[in-house]
Amino acid sequence: MIINSTTIPLPIDNVDTDQIIPAKFLKQIDKKGYGKNLFRNWRYLEGNTPNPSFILNAPERQNAAILLAGNNFGCGSSREHAAWAIADYGIRAIIATQFADIFKGNAYNNGILPIELEKQHVDSLTQASLDNPNLKIKIDLKRQKVVSSELGIKESFDIHPFKKQCLIEGVDETAFLINLRPEIQKFESKQTQLI
Amino acid sequence: MGKTLFDKIWDAHVVKSVAKGLDVLFIDQHYVHEVTSPQAFDGLRNRGVQVLFPERCTATTDHNVPTVNQLKPIKDPLSATQVASLRENCKEFGIDFYGIGHEKQGIVHIIGPELGITQPGMTIVCGDSHTSTHGAFGTIAFGIGTSQVEQVLAAQSLILNRPKTMKIEVRGKLGFGVSSKDVILYIISNLGTQGATRHFVEYAGAVFLNMSMEERMTICNMSIEMGARGGLVGIDDKTINYVTSKTAIDEEKIAYWKSLNTDQDAKFDQVILLKGEDIQPMVTTGTAPDTGVSFGKNIGDASHLSEKALKYMQFKPEEKVDDQKIDYVFIGSCTNGRIEDLRIVANLVKGKKKANNVSVWVVPGSMKVRRQAVKENLDKIFLEAGFEFREPGCSACLAMNDDKIPPGSLCVSTSNRNFEGRQGDGARTVLASPLTAAASAITGKITDPRVFLNDN
Repeated sequence: MIINSTTIPLPIDNVDTDQIIPAKFLKQIDKKGYGKNLFRNWRYLEGNTPNPSFILNAPERQNAAILLAGNNFGCGSSREHAAWAIADYGIRAIIATQFADIFKGNAYNNGILPIELEKQHVDSLTQASLDNPNLKIKIDLKRQKVVSSELGIKESFDIHPFKKQCLIEGVDETAFLINLRPEIQKFESKQTQLI
Repeated sequence: MGKTLFDKIWDAHVVKSVAKGLDVLFIDQHYVHEVTSPQAFDGLRNRGVQVLFPERCTATTDHNVPTVNQLKPIKDPLSATQVASLRENCKEFGIDFYGIGHEKQGIVHIIGPELGITQPGMTIVCGDSHTSTHGAFGTIAFGIGTSQVEQVLAAQSLILNRPKTMKIEVRGKLGFGVSSKDVILYIISNLGTQGATRHFVEYAGAVFLNMSMEERMTICNMSIEMGARGGLVGIDDKTINYVTSKTAIDEEKIAYWKSLNTDQDAKFDQVILLKGEDIQPMVTTGTAPDTGVSFGKNIGDASHLSEKALKYMQFKPEEKVDDQKIDYVFIGSCTNGRIEDLRIVANLVKGKKKANNVSVWVVPGSMKVRRQAVKENLDKIFLEAGFEFREPGCSACLAMNDDKIPPGSLCVSTSNRNFEGRQGDGARTVLASPLTAAASAITGKITDPRVFLNDN
């Protein structure tokens, strides 16, 4: 899996999932079409006018697939709708110094790659993106690298081998667990005696 | 070396390890609500699998439900569909369902404990970040996404990395008028919204031991607001008395529960020490729960306060929180919607009237809480004070139903999040204890509740 794309810089710390997708958009019973409401309250002014000063509305950011976020991205509510909105919008990877735990898991489960880099690297990527909207960054999952030849950046990132395998091979964790059902049932019958 | 309560429960639930640091963890109890489950049930249908252990799932509708005229059809067609779809899914898959009007209906984290379903030593999940509430009973309880809801429905297990452990010890005694909500707001303002990320917290020390089970639930409820995977409290007589008052438990099980407490020589990855005497009644000033400040201080003294947040809240750093004029008071939510919370509020407001500039909504956390409040005549005290006493649900905590705070209005709220727009587009939220909310309702301004308590 290689992502080679322009970026969206959003250098705000503690972006909570209520901002990513407000609660009033959680009423659907399917997973479709959440992208149009991604960052709804920041993206639109009153009367559904796009907010020209919000980065997602900048013409040069329209096809970017990499989000450069602040620290503790995705904190707050566990709503997976936040990951659905991000994926539906077309973002495939997010780079931040740290993600909130539940959001990080939700990202993986929707094929979004959450990459944690040291602050100095996130900052320099963000600054370079702000300076040059055409800047492209390459993310190579197999080699676990974030590369920008223009900036001379080639940083490694950590990912659990199991998560990496799931993303690369499209392994479905749910199917994996369903295959374990006989073992889980055996465990449960033992468990019932204890608790 | 000894083990922590967290480690003992985790180890007792590992079905197997799939890779280094990744365990298949068995989940004892799964709570389900209408917002985060429909896509998971769809997933089961697409795969053609049944729920593995329907008897380990309990479902209720809480986020979308109206709190006025609850038994009438829900006006918003999307909310109505979501609520109806949970009923149908539970019927199809054989899951206990407590819908609108059912005597056991309520906010999922309120009904679990009150029905005796939440029990010490369990692993508990729900597609809801405030699942950490159940940690008050010495459980590993945490919020999950909808993909994981599907996994638990399909296999009663999750693939998880083991969090680090953190002990937050608060020694000493709490001062006059200081409540559990103030304690957790103080802890979060110390640690920040990401201070406990990657960690599972154990709350230890005299301050928590002296708390009632309901006060402990308020503490554990907000663990997620500092990024923690969850938070729990050790198992003591209060825990056991609470659970045995709800359901019959045999002695062997109680002995097992007692054996789970953290060993004296257990090591935590991180330890935070705080003093109960340092904690004052607090309210938040910004748009994240870590922006608490005590009364008498300037708003600018609050921790973690950004300019963006100040601008949204329309606060000035040189002003004090005291005496800021408010428009709404919301008393309820999985944080503070239990009977003890309502008693505390009623006790303060008895014989008084709300200020004219304020609308006050009291929303009990469950049908059971509501019935109890009526039995104790608390409803009459609320109505005489000019408060609205409503029907149970999540209500204005996240404003998914009609209970929205209008744009620009300032609301003192006993809920858990003051994010931008959380209580309605443009709504400004100040998080506070039920005592502070009650005092503020009477004066129409953000008010230190100790003023009223001194009066008594």
